[in-house]
This record gives sequence, structure tokens and C-alpha cells, in this order.
Amino acid sequence: MTRGEPTLQAIDLTKRFPGVTALDSVSIDIYPGEVHALVGENGAGKSTLIKLINGVYGADEGELRLEGESVAFAGPRQAWEAGISTTFQEINLEPFMTVAQNLLLGREPMRGFGLVDVKKMNADAARLLRRYGIAVDERRPLGSVGVAVQQMIAIVRAVSTDAKVVILDEPTSSLEPNEVEQLFRVIRILRDDGVALLYVSHDLDEIFELCDQVTVLRDGWRVHTGPVADITRLELVATMLGRDVQDVRSSGKTAFDIEGRRIGEPVLAASGLSRHRVLSDVTVDVRAGEVVGLAGLLGSGRSETVQGIFGLLRLDDGEIKVNQVVLKRGSPAAAVSEGVGLLPEDRKAEGIVPTMSVKDNITLAAGRSVAKWGFVSSSKVEEIVGKYVDRLQIKVTDLDQSVGELSGGNQQKVLLARLLCNDPDVVLLDEPTRGIDVGAKAEIQALIDELAVGGLAVILISSELEDVIEGSNRVFVLKEGMVVGELQGEAISEDAVMDLIAHAVTDTRPESA
Amino acid sequence: MTAVTSPAPAVTSERTWRFFRENGVYLALAAVVLFNLIATPNFASLRNAQLQLVQVAPVVIVALGMALVIGTAGIDLSVGAVMALAAAMVAVFVEQSPWLAIGMALVAGVLAGLLNGSLVAFLGIQPIIATLGLFVAGRGIALAFTSGRLVEIFDPTLAALGQNRLWGVPIAALLAGLLALATALMVRRTQFGRKVIAIGGNPRAALGAGLPVRRVLLIVYVICAGFAAIAGTLVTARSAAVDPSFVGLLIELSAITAVVVGGTPLSGGKVRVLGTVAGAFLMQLVFSTLIRHDLSDADARMVQAAIIIAAVYFQRDRGAK
Repeated sequence: MTRGEPTLQAIDLTKRFPGVTALDSVSIDIYPGEVHALVGENGAGKSTLIKLINGVYGADEGELRLEGESVAFAGPRQAWEAGISTTFQEINLEPFMTVAQNLLLGREPMRGFGLVDVKKMNADAARLLRRYGIAVDERRPLGSVGVAVQQMIAIVRAVSTDAKVVILDEPTSSLEPNEVEQLFRVIRILRDDGVALLYVSHDLDEIFELCDQVTVLRDGWRVHTGPVADITRLELVATMLGRDVQDVRSSGKTAFDIEGRRIGEPVLAASGLSRHRVLSDVTVDVRAGEVVGLAGLLGSGRSETVQGIFGLLRLDDGEIKVNQVVLKRGSPAAAVSEGVGLLPEDRKAEGIVPTMSVKDNITLAAGRSVAKWGFVSSSKVEEIVGKYVDRLQIKVTDLDQSVGELSGGNQQKVLLARLLCNDPDVVLLDEPTRGIDVGAKAEIQALIDELAVGGLAVILISSELEDVIEGSNRVFVLKEGMVVGELQGEAISEDAVMDLIAHAVTDTRPESA
Repeated sequence: MTAVTSPAPAVTSERTWRFFRENGVYLALAAVVLFNLIATPNFASLRNAQLQLVQVAPVVIVALGMALVIGTAGIDLSVGAVMALAAAMVAVFVEQSPWLAIGMALVAGVLAGLLNGSLVAFLGIQPIIATLGLFVAGRGIALAFTSGRLVEIFDPTLAALGQNRLWGVPIAALLAGLLALATALMVRRTQFGRKVIAIGGNPRAALGAGLPVRRVLLIVYVICAGFAAIAGTLVTARSAAVDPSFVGLLIELSAITAVVVGGTPLSGGKVRVLGTVAGAFLMQLVFSTLIRHDLSDADARMVQAAIIIAAVYFQRDRGAK
């Protein structure tokens, strides 16, 4: 099949944000009649690329061509009018209007005197819905139909107003399996009609089932573009994670030396953690002195597992035992008082309290060690804070400095210090080294090792596979909300982890047990 | 200006800005006092000072509780209605015993706070909506207790509470001062105060750090309503009568104004107790100054509104959208 000219060409797009180049000279061609997958881990630049294409951001460098013509959009609305439609961009949908009104909004058939010909409008809408195989009554209010149908209606509305490019940003993340099938049917009809589709997803199964081309981004660079048929799952996973399959295979294991560590009783044992569509029967445990890694792609349930353990994510089912005591579910306060600490993934949104000082942020959750009868002793606070500032080498000008003024690495250390002042038995570290400079990263990794040697139980999550492999005594591999493998000691290797991610079968999306 | 020297003025203006934002209320208060000392006859008299203190005391007390609620990024619209409720309790129980009456007024306040706090903390209802319920219903309940009439109160104990002075200072003002001191101590020195600020500053972080977010929120709303009940009792004692239609009417606006003018951001995460007290005094003095200088009540309200808007403008984070 001849591909003709690409509908959309992005040429050497570069976007910089203060301190970081989010996208570095990335090119992508999307052809009519093709579904082009865009994949990459968190921070790879996927959403930046989408926002450059659909006009949310302007590019610092590079060019965008739509059907051969150079275009520049001042905003998403302009891009939409030019024929680039992005799902989840519900700017044009009205939940209180009917499906038909939404489909034909702004171009309703008229009867004169400014009156809408409702009969004809409904008939037109019904025809459109039939054509794409969407089974829904066109007279129902849009808000009353399922999310999947709403999405499909957004897509159909877009293409029926001559959209040439449709960007689907993780369209299946909130859909049931049968809805996914329905959506895929619509996507295939669009593809056969010659629409150019860009499909963002973490789900390998979906990519291999639906997509023709795949582009992989990593750290703001394009690292691969090619036909899906020409790449294996293992190669794709390796490309996303920045590993070379051959390299990994030939170098064999990069196992971590665990000698000299006292590995004791399970401090934390979580079993059967389930949550509809998020986690399915996840069982993990960690012993004193052990670092247990959770590996998996973005969206595999890594973070959700630790959030479920800590009580931040509501679980449908499951039991968590800390030191043989069953933890009250859904209560972070109970988890903390049983000796569990969580270092959250999103430092800014879930970690620091920007209106408080470094000192107060560190001792925020420190109970009796800094207070008597509820009154905080400033000398005790300074003693404890001083201790951790020294030990973690937190760089501050003074302890009353606002925590917002610190660098990312130092903020992370402040949060680690907050965890440690409670003298926990087990810590859950979700991406402890993301977004911080190399020096601070090495310091934090060394600290994690040191803590484990000292008898702390650690659960470690990192999207850098290397960090998990090298830092862990045991690794659980997750995929689509399930544990698909457990590796221990010498069996831990990037190869083994990637093999599990690529080939483990999880026949359905997780359902509640 | 050359590129080399340009950063310096930016830093200076940022500092100036911050200085005004943090201390503006004290400067404004000093300016109003100075103006009155020069332009208002009999301003610097003991009698006038006592009058101003008596009038400002209930606002200060209500504003202290409000400052805590606003510190958690919440708001309590029901304080005026709770004052009316407390006043109604006094009217109902005063014939049995003045102490029972005061006790029941406080109980009513605590119950109101438990209701507000539960709606916010456990049901997750937005504070403005959660407290709107009592804002509407509280005064109705109070009217039901007093059968919708003005009730006169003849009780020596209550009269003493409302009219007596200690060392020349009205008891109501002393009480307000004590509560301000206690609140300041709590905010600055206790675990509880830090939890309040953390919850307002970043609720998700507070939860993730293992703080008992719901319990703290509940207690904050109980304190706020409890303070409102104290204010309602004081107002009743001073006027020797209860009319639930008017006790505490619109005080939620004065209290919120005092808090905001005093430098506590509506977005939470910070509580400025002294600033709140100064804010209450500022609004009281501005209002009485305008009246004394023959501006109509309507004009005075407009000036008040302008001050609120100016205060909120100065409060907003510079550079943020």
C-alpha cells in the first residue's frame, strides 16, 4: 500500500521549560489511514509533543506541517478548526445537551426563523452513530451515557467536521474491556476512511493489536520510529526503558551483592490487594533489612500498590499486616502509627507544605519526640532537624527557610527526613530519585542502602529500571495491575524483568475480586 | 538602565511588597489612630477607648475562630447564626441559672461546630456549602426557641459580665484578649497548630504524613463555633436582651474581613492571630471614624468594601496568575 504524503509532519520540534528541555528536536510523520502509536515512560515528552501539535504550547524550534502546509496555532481551538482533534478535549461537548445536539452542535439543520429542525437533526445523528457502530439513543443527554460513548461521540463529531488528524491520549484508561473493543472498532473505521491517528498508550497489547507505526520517546528524544510489525515486544520495552536487548543479554546479570545484610522476618505483608480496574490480587512482602523493588511500566500499578498499602488509595479487597498486626484500611494515620512511611511520587503536590519552613516540614509528623502535652519544644525540634540536616546533607541557609526555596533534591531529603523522624519499620519510596540532580540522586541511593543495612524494610519504586535492579534484593514485576513475577538474588536482571513485562499474559484488565 | 543593575530594583520591590503585605494592617491601623488623634475630638479619652473595646470584642472573638478555619483553607459562614443560637439559649435558661444559661450557650456552639465539622471532614462537603446550612437554619432555630420575640434579660450575673470592668478594661475585651493569647499560643507552639497550618498548606501532604486530618478539621470547626457562642453570650449580656433576628447579623463578613485584612490568606496554610486582632480593630475604627465624621452608614459600608478588596489584592501572590 502506498502511504502517500503524511497528513501531519512535525519537524524537529523543540520545547524548553525553565531548567529542562522537555522535547529535543523531535520529528514525527503521521500518514493518512494509519494508527501511529506514541509511547514512552513518564517525562519522556509525550504530552509535550501532543500539546505542541494541538496548539496548547508553541514550539521554541521546529515546524508543523498539515497536509504539506506550514501551520502555527495560537491555541487548541485553532488547531481544532484546522482539523486536528484531540480526545479528552471536551471543550466542545455539553453534558446537558442530547447526543444528537452534541454531534451536530453549530451546524444543526434549520427550518427557518432560527428554529432547529429537531427531527432532521436526530435523523442525521442516528445515521452518523450507525455508521460508526455506536449503539446509543441520540436523544439521550450526553452526560447520561458512558464515558466510552462520550469519547466516541467526541471523535465522531470531530471527524464529521472534517478532522484530518485525531489524537487519542490514553483513551482506554478508564474503559471496560467491551468498551475498548467498541472504541477500537470506531478507530478502525476512521483509519479506513483515511484519517491520520496518533495513539498514546502504555498498553503493549493495545499497541500490537491496533497500531501500524510506533514512535518511542525517551527523555525528550525520539529514540525509535518504525512499523509495529517490525519490532518485538521485548525490543519495544527495551527501547522505552533505554536498555539495549543484546547488551543486557550478553552482560547477563547485574545482581546486587546482598551479603552482609541481615534479612529477617517480614515486616510488611500485603496480600490480595484489589481495586476495580487498578489492582488485581497483588501480594507483596518485605523483610527487615531488605529492599524490595516494584518494577513495571507506567500504569502497571506500582504506585497504586504502595498507595493501597499506605491507605491513600481505597481498596476493594486485601489485607495488610505490619509486624503481624492487621492494618486498619484506608487510614494513612494508622499506617504511620504502625511504623509505615510513604515518600510520595509527586513531591510538590503530595509532599511538601509550601507555606511552612524546612524545620516544620521535617518535624510535621514527629509526635512525642518533639512535643510534650501537645506543646512543641523548639529545642527538641532543632536537635532533631539538625541531626537529619547533617545526616542527609540537606543544603539550607537556615532552618526557618521556606521549603519552597530548596532545590528538588533537597526537598526530597526534607521529605525523607520527615519519614525517618518517625522511626519507621518500613518505608515505601515512590520514585525517590526522580527529577533531582545526579549528585543528590547518588546520595539518596546510598542512604537507602544504609537504611536497609540498618534493618529498615524498604519498598522501592523507580521508573529507571536500572535503579530497581541494582538497588533491590527482590523485585516484584507488575503488569496491568497484577504481579506477573517475582525475582530474587541472582535472577534479578533487566532481561528477566523486561521479559516478564513483554510476555506475561494478563488476559483481562484487572477486575475487582 | 543596564542589564547589570536591573535585578537589584526587582529584589527591592519584592521586599517592599512583602513588607506591606505582612505589615500593612499595622501601618493602616496606626494611620487611622493617628488621624483620629488629630481630627476627632474626644478620641483620646478613656470613655471612647472603653466603648471601642466593647464594640470590637465580639468581632475579635469570632474572627479568631474564623482565622483557624481559614487557615485550613475553609470558611465558616454560620458564625452569626451560631451567635444567635447561643443568645437564644441564654434567654431560655437564664431564669433557672445564669451559669446554666452560659453553659447551654456553649453546648449549642459546640454542637453547631460538630455539625459543620462533620459535614466538612467526614462527608467532604465544601466548607462554604456545609456552613451555609446553619447560616440559614441556625437563626431559624434560635427564633423558634424564643418564639420569635425579643426577650429581655434581668440577671445581675449576666449584667456584670456585660458591663463590669476590671482595671478599667471591659470584661468582654479582657476575655477577647485572653482568647487571642490562647489562639496565638496554639498556632505557634502546639502540635495542633502546626497540623492546622499543614492541612491548609497542602491537605494531601498532611494526609500522606499521617496527620489525623479529619479530626483536626472537626476540632477547628468546633473551636470556631464555640468562639461564636462566647461572642453571642457576651453580646446578650451587654444588651440585656435577646433578639435572634439581629444578634450577630452579618458578623461573618466582619470576621472574614478582619482575618483577610490581617494577612491570613484565604487559600490557607497560614494563620496570623495578631494580624487578625489588628484587622478587627482597623475595621472597627474605620467604621466609627467615618460615622463620627458624618458619613452615612451606606457610605461607610462602601469604604469598608474598598478596604476588603484592597486587602485581598495585596494578599494575592505576586507573579501567580
